[in-house]
Amino acid sequence: MTDDLSALQTETDTALAAAADLRAWDAVRVAVLGRNGTLTSLLRDLGKTPPEQRRDRGAALNRLKDALAAAIEARRIALEAAALDARLAAERLDPTLPPRPRPAGLIHPISRTMEEMAAIFGAMGFAIAEGPDVETDWHNFGALNIPAHHPARDDQDTFYLTTPDPGGAPPPVLRTHTSPVQIRSMLGRGVPLRVIVPGRTYRADHDATHSPMFHQCEGLVLDRNITLGHLKGCLIDFLRAFFAVPTLPVRFRASYFPFTEPSMEVDIGWDRKSGELGKGADWLEILGSGMVHPRVLANVGIDPREWQGFAFGMGVERVTMLKHGIPDLRPFYESDIRWLRHYGFNPLAPALLHEGA
Amino acid sequence: MKFTLAWLRTHLDTDAPVAAIGEALTRIGLELEGISDRGATLAPFRIAHVLEAAPHPNADRLRACRVDTGDGVVSVVCGAPNARTGMKAVFAPPGSFIPGTGITLKTGEIRGVTSAGMLLSAREMGLGEDHSGIIELAEDAPVGTPYAAWAGLDDPVIEIAVTPNRGDCFAVRGIARDLAAAGIGTLRPWSAPPVPAEFTGGPRWQIDWPEACPWILGRTIRGLRNGPSPRWLADRLVAIGLRPINALVDVTNFFTIDLGRPLHVFDVAKLSGDTLVLRRGAGESFRALNGKDYTVTEQDCAIADAAGVQSLAGIVGGAATGCDETTTTVFVECALFDPVRIALSGRRHQVVSDARQRFERGLDPALPPDAMEAATRMILDLCGGEAGTVTAAGTPPAWQRDATLRFARLADFGGAEVPADDAVDALARLGFTARTRTATQVTVAVPPWRNDVAAPGGPALEQDPGLDPAAAARAAEGCALVEPECDLIEEVLRLRGLDTIPAVSLPQTAPVPLPTLTPAQARTARARRVLAAQGLAECVTFSFMAAREAALFGPTPATLRLANPIASDLDQLRPTPIATLALAAGRNAARGFADVALFEIGPAFAPDGQRLVAAGQRLVAAGLRAGATPRAWAAPSRPVDALDAKADLFEALAALGLPMDSLSVTADAPGCYHPGRSGVVRQGPKTVLGQFGELHPAVLAALGLAGPAAAFELFLDAVPEPKRRRRAPPDLPAFQPLRRDFAFLVDEAVPAETVLRAARGAERALISGVVLFDVYAGGTVPAGKRSLGIEVTFQPRERTLTEAEIEAAAAKVVAAVAKASGGVLR
Repeated sequence: MTDDLSALQTETDTALAAAADLRAWDAVRVAVLGRNGTLTSLLRDLGKTPPEQRRDRGAALNRLKDALAAAIEARRIALEAAALDARLAAERLDPTLPPRPRPAGLIHPISRTMEEMAAIFGAMGFAIAEGPDVETDWHNFGALNIPAHHPARDDQDTFYLTTPDPGGAPPPVLRTHTSPVQIRSMLGRGVPLRVIVPGRTYRADHDATHSPMFHQCEGLVLDRNITLGHLKGCLIDFLRAFFAVPTLPVRFRASYFPFTEPSMEVDIGWDRKSGELGKGADWLEILGSGMVHPRVLANVGIDPREWQGFAFGMGVERVTMLKHGIPDLRPFYESDIRWLRHYGFNPLAPALLHEGA
Repeated sequence: MKFTLAWLRTHLDTDAPVAAIGEALTRIGLELEGISDRGATLAPFRIAHVLEAAPHPNADRLRACRVDTGDGVVSVVCGAPNARTGMKAVFAPPGSFIPGTGITLKTGEIRGVTSAGMLLSAREMGLGEDHSGIIELAEDAPVGTPYAAWAGLDDPVIEIAVTPNRGDCFAVRGIARDLAAAGIGTLRPWSAPPVPAEFTGGPRWQIDWPEACPWILGRTIRGLRNGPSPRWLADRLVAIGLRPINALVDVTNFFTIDLGRPLHVFDVAKLSGDTLVLRRGAGESFRALNGKDYTVTEQDCAIADAAGVQSLAGIVGGAATGCDETTTTVFVECALFDPVRIALSGRRHQVVSDARQRFERGLDPALPPDAMEAATRMILDLCGGEAGTVTAAGTPPAWQRDATLRFARLADFGGAEVPADDAVDALARLGFTARTRTATQVTVAVPPWRNDVAAPGGPALEQDPGLDPAAAARAAEGCALVEPECDLIEEVLRLRGLDTIPAVSLPQTAPVPLPTLTPAQARTARARRVLAAQGLAECVTFSFMAAREAALFGPTPATLRLANPIASDLDQLRPTPIATLALAAGRNAARGFADVALFEIGPAFAPDGQRLVAAGQRLVAAGLRAGATPRAWAAPSRPVDALDAKADLFEALAALGLPMDSLSVTADAPGCYHPGRSGVVRQGPKTVLGQFGELHPAVLAALGLAGPAAAFELFLDAVPEPKRRRRAPPDLPAFQPLRRDFAFLVDEAVPAETVLRAARGAERALISGVVLFDVYAGGTVPAGKRSLGIEVTFQPRERTLTEAEIEAAAAKVVAAVAKASGGVLR
């Protein structure tokens, strides 16, 4: 290589090394390879070279051109990488910063339980029936075989609405149970029938374990061949699915409700000390049930010779407290945001049997 | 209902342990409430011999005793005045718990004398009120023996809950019968041999109101001496929580518990005239045995003598004619009263008595003659004297009736395979004797004490008056046939134990279950999830609240007020869930959490006049945000406002499938909202879907809420069923859309929606979207005006638009906005 060419090589290497950014790099590139660049000029001047030297010089120039182009490109890549590094360094975010707040909402445990009931009973072919909170005396009592003098009425602590006509029809009541919807369902939907009725109920009772408003879930099954065996099967199936204890012990004891016969209370096995369901040797009353009383059927014009079935009712709060280990009743209605955050449910994880309710 | 094991054993021959009896009671429907074994609390106390009771060297009133406990001799300091040398007493060793004082004994020293135990009074043992001295036992009481066993106090007390249908189990005998039928022991025979009458005469009955009192017996016993009952009787009554009064009264209480047969005793010397009349009350007052005064109405059955009303029949007797130690002639009452009238009278006068409890459930109508003989015999045994003839008024009611059980129904209805012989035997043990039996069925005679089986007079129906008369008659006929059989099935099944019935899962109605929720219920569920996903916390608040506070949110008619509220702040059905949510926000603020976002899906109650759903009840999804948005480094906190509530509402409406482009908002929300910062969302001219806005400052002030609060209501009942249409194919033009910005100067009062709608409608085929990106007032914008900046998207479909076409479309936008709103391009 002639001196001028090796000087250019050295010169260019120095200039590239000195180019701190892409702009300076580009100046070097233009100065060497640009239209008026030093190498371009040398190539242009090749014609002026004596012919006997031209071949060698041409080859040398081309080698130099390749070498310079490679050096320039290498420098570009290095500079771009450095520039990206610098940008990334400049754009650094403190990853421990809290994100922009998107406050989470939640579903109340009572709604959650009702949703689970709908999912489980739904799989057994039940529909959901509803009725008004303000009921007639007949729907709440009379039609359900609870006449005016019945001792059961003494037990029910009924809320009555003010009536402008004290001597006339009995005043409307706030329903004391969800059972009046049995009557409405039988009159409105007819037989056969499989419904559950989750809803608000009211009794004039207020202490640590009673709220003047609470929730029940009623159930009613009527068909031609429904027996007490089905009552037991249906409730055992539900309770084991709801509490997710496949071997949950369930006990049926004879009892009395005016609207069913035979009537029975249903207990589940648990450990009173630890609160664990399905363990221990204690029994806990969980719901009332029975075969629909023939008078109730007759009151809505259904012939009990043709149709029979069962009904049940359970306290929504009670099973919710048991399932989730919630110790107190009153906070259910307090709307204390701290309690709601603690016991509430994610709205995007609804009760779905195929996901495991 | 309480009774002791020993009492039960007077009717039931059994060696079954008390725990097994308790389990059986619960199984057959006589739910065990508890077994209290008084013997257990008395277990540490033993009979002791006071060897010496010397005066305490350092205290005048105390005695220093040497006591032989049977387990050695100890020193005991005793303060009882009757402690004396040689007596037998009850000794409590150190470490024992004294029920009467709640103290656990320790060995101590009292004024220099060691006291290693205690000699007990009745009160200290929890056996009564007597604390005048320590208990003195008989000379022959065996030293070292447990006191409770020696005194017969180790008899467990059993308490059961009796359901309203089982009046017969408000009697020890009835319980014994059920237990025997369930396989626990054998029912002992019971009979009451007649007591011969020694004389005639004495008071007589006169029934003026036979519907209230169909039959009544009376008997005079004279020449008797009333006084304290013997110990066996007093002990039994005390054991179950009754106070012994005197022998005559205690006899009536004994039979109330023993046979479920209330009796009453009049002191004949205190009666005026010789006729006792059963009649309607007429506003007279009398003082009852419980010390209270009652005024009988014409709905009450009273017992009156010549001087006036003496007793509220079947519920509570009168003080003026009651028996005491001076009584020498007694008139015993044994009656049947109408259960319904007793129940209503008892409720009216708020008297809960053992007598009422039994009469209102119905008594054994065949028992009065035998009960009268048994009571007479016991009175003569306890008090001496001689009995007169039994006098009666009215007629014994006809109670005899049959019921038929088809054996197949035990399986077809009861789900239990029960051999016919077993069923017949079970019924027989309960007193249902077979009258006729075939291969398929048995007809039994219902015993008189079971008024819950094959209800006398047939089933009392309250049929819906709107039923088709033929269907109603058929159903009533079916009921009359089926009900007695159901009663018998229940008896057979409960005695076997319902746990023996095999459980059968419900047959499937469809291979894959049909939807459980109706479309409307599914919309409610979706609204709940969407609102929670917006960051709102779901609440469940009471449907009632204080009328005064409810009035801030809507009408509070008297028809929606509770006649018997539990508290004055829970007396009015709420006009909207916002009202109770606002109270909830206030409670949270008081706890230091002023910034909350809450929602509830629940009922709102409207006056009858605006009846929308049954009784004016509508289902509302309501939400309330209070205070400010969260404070954070990345986004400043700001007070919540009406548009936060609008966003929540619109998010939910969109999720419910409403056509959002066709909804309109008007500025006429009700008075609980800020009049200038609220809106009503409508679909078409009539349907109101919801409301939103900031709460009125006056409402906030009245509720003591400090910060702003924005609320919304979504009327779920008003949301229409979405139209089920096949989805059109999607609109996916091949050409790029073009976006142009416009700024219009409009009058302040012009709603933004007017401008947006006008722009959107200027060229329907071409304009695919309009976005309001800026609202500006002040500065260069003239007073009374504001500038609205909108971005209009033009979507070409066949070819790219030419500049001229774009200009023409933009001109149409400007013209449409000008026409609709008077707005001019800035």
